[in-house]
Amino acid sequence: MQPQELIYKALAGDRLALTRLLSLFENQTDDLAEIMEQIHPHTGKAHRIGITGAPGTGKSTLTTCLTSAFRKQDKTVAILAIDPSSPFSGGALLGDRIRMRELAGDSGVFIRSMATRGHTGGIASAAYQAIALFDAVGFDIVLIETVGAGQGEVEIASMAHTTIVVEAPGLGDEIQANKAGILEIADIFVINKADLPGAIQTENALRSVFDVNHNTVHKHLRDIDISEPKDESSSHEVQWHCQILKTVARTCEGIDNLVTAIHEHASHLIKTDRWYAKVALQYDRQFESHLSKALFASWKASLTPEDLDNLNKQLNCRIHAPEFLAEKVLNGVSISQKK
Amino acid sequence: MEKKIRVLIAKPGLDGHDRGAKVIARALRDAGMEVIYTGLRQTAEMIAEAALQEDVDVVGLSILSGAHMTLVPKVLDLLNANGQDNVLVLVGGIIPEADIPLLKEKGVFEVFGPGAFTTEVVNTIQQALAQPA
Repeated sequence: MQPQELIYKALAGDRLALTRLLSLFENQTDDLAEIMEQIHPHTGKAHRIGITGAPGTGKSTLTTCLTSAFRKQDKTVAILAIDPSSPFSGGALLGDRIRMRELAGDSGVFIRSMATRGHTGGIASAAYQAIALFDAVGFDIVLIETVGAGQGEVEIASMAHTTIVVEAPGLGDEIQANKAGILEIADIFVINKADLPGAIQTENALRSVFDVNHNTVHKHLRDIDISEPKDESSSHEVQWHCQILKTVARTCEGIDNLVTAIHEHASHLIKTDRWYAKVALQYDRQFESHLSKALFASWKASLTPEDLDNLNKQLNCRIHAPEFLAEKVLNGVSISQKK
Repeated sequence: MEKKIRVLIAKPGLDGHDRGAKVIARALRDAGMEVIYTGLRQTAEMIAEAALQEDVDVVGLSILSGAHMTLVPKVLDLLNANGQDNVLVLVGGIIPEADIPLLKEKGVFEVFGPGAFTTEVVNTIQQALAQPA
């Protein structure tokens, strides 16, 4: 099938076309720009929810519970489950579906596993396009489960309306909770496995940080989120207060509260007129990343094999620092060695 | 455009022995493929649904229960019905010699028994997918 036919069919609800388009995105098709231009007008309706947290905190199980809860409200759900690619073989073992078996056979759910393929930040390189496509073909909710995230994988916050950070008992003390990074991007905190010992300590650690640092955290959030309301005097009312909730995903305990919090966050975004702005930062990033990739590719294509060889030599034999060489190229100086 | 081989490894039916499936999954990962592992006790419908959503090139079915003559054709039928007739289907596990030609007749590309090398599986997939369809 040609891309044009795939788009047409996918928008009409054809699942084979949808899945083929997702593969085209992953394989970085040459038709990407054309396809996205046609999908773009159909996006903007779905609630994009990011679920992130350390490996083993229960993100997949929580995603499954949440999906079941949304299905009970008659909302259709697409899940993008991201796992890391091997830096050595380029292969990947994608195992998130194992926890999602109870969702099988439901035509209102679509689960796609995706490998990062070298992209850092906790997200796969084709995640942006995949989310847009799920949105365009009419899923009410798009759940994005990041790779098991450490402390710095915060890219999800620029792609999701609502970011849920999942913690589990026993993973750290207040110092961990005070660190910069992933904890700062949460709209909702979930302490999963709350039936395990140490859940109260984890909750206390998080709460103490948020009580003390509430303003600091939100100041940081403003840096990530370009759309914080301009009127500073009324900012107290329009600021979202990060919620801290406890769940036991294995038995779906506490999920109702989480669903309520998610809906509250969505209405908060709509009420404060930030629904579109919240995910607008990603447009900048996509533009920048595509333009820089394309410029680099066209520059590289303009080199003769001899130039390329020279460049590699100068890099690998430590003749020049990479920064210096890049600057030289930028200034239009030939990179061929003069000697 | 860079294409990666995507493989679904599934264990259909009532059979709790997944060591072989996990070894194969790991070997394919190390060969640079993206492997989706779905876990134990999958129905044919679950496998076909996952194969569609994941847009895989290969479905590897691991069966040690003896129910292969029932389960495998069912998976093949569902894949075809979903428009995924181009998917390479491999079977591994305990399959009697006499059943192998029957399975191949129904559309299974290759059957791997105990003692098969993981490199054989990797090579079979790479060679089969390298040929233009």
